[in-house]
Amino acid sequence: MQTKPIALTILDVVSIIVLGISTYLALVFAPTEAVMGDVQRVFYFHIGTAWVGLLGFVIAAVAGIAYLITKDMRWDRFEVAAVEVSTVFFFITIVLGSIWARPAWNTWWTWDPRLTTAAVTELIYIAYFMLRQGLEDPEKRARFGAVYTLLGGLSAPITFMVIRLFRTIHPVVIGNASAEAQGGFSMTTDMRTAFFFALFAFTVVFIDMIWHRLRLGALEEKVEQLKLNVSL
Amino acid sequence: METIPDTSGYMIAGYAISFLTMGIYAASMYIRHINLKRDLETLESLEKETKKKK
Repeated sequence: MQTKPIALTILDVVSIIVLGISTYLALVFAPTEAVMGDVQRVFYFHIGTAWVGLLGFVIAAVAGIAYLITKDMRWDRFEVAAVEVSTVFFFITIVLGSIWARPAWNTWWTWDPRLTTAAVTELIYIAYFMLRQGLEDPEKRARFGAVYTLLGGLSAPITFMVIRLFRTIHPVVIGNASAEAQGGFSMTTDMRTAFFFALFAFTVVFIDMIWHRLRLGALEEKVEQLKLNVSL
Repeated sequence: METIPDTSGYMIAGYAISFLTMGIYAASMYIRHINLKRDLETLESLEKETKKKK
């Protein structure tokens, strides 16, 4: 039976601490934005979760390539972990964006290029799990997953770049916004501190969750193998 | 002088949903881990029995 490594326990504690600090910086330390009020504070978690969400989808694509080259099942496990954790974080991104949009744009949702590509990206990865479940052969499933995440991974840079390339009402934090952008704001030094710490905090939490998911994947594989042995 | 709009309700909802989602996901991983461990124990004892019979 695998025991939990001490480094993972430490990472669990560090994750809780940095997430707590990030929440404090976002809710207390950062000043209230003059036009939007307190709802602007969701921006810190919105960007933090979006960062790890999109990063995970790219990591999954890289893991997919590594699996196709090496045929090592550990890459498949890594790919699944990255997709699952990122799908959860990206779901939070979309919900937070919608909550922010209600007072800022006077609507919960609009089919803006950024919102559309984000929704499509999330649906692509929800479908990934549904389709994987339909395949019983582990090798076939891993091969399918690798090709799927490789193609699905393209949606991450598209989602990131779409507000920089097309006319959109979604504001841009780094870079030039479209002339139609609504709800943008310039960050003060304290806002920047909260912003960059949120990116750091979510990166730590992301690594922690990936590690846990990898351990779960290893256990799943062991159970699947034993089931095969017993049935033979 | 313009007053800052009160949008704190949206902020609270946003943070509540964020923590709730992360909490549910962490709990789901924990539950899946416990269930898999139980399955593993059962399967290991089954495998031992099968080997004995052979």
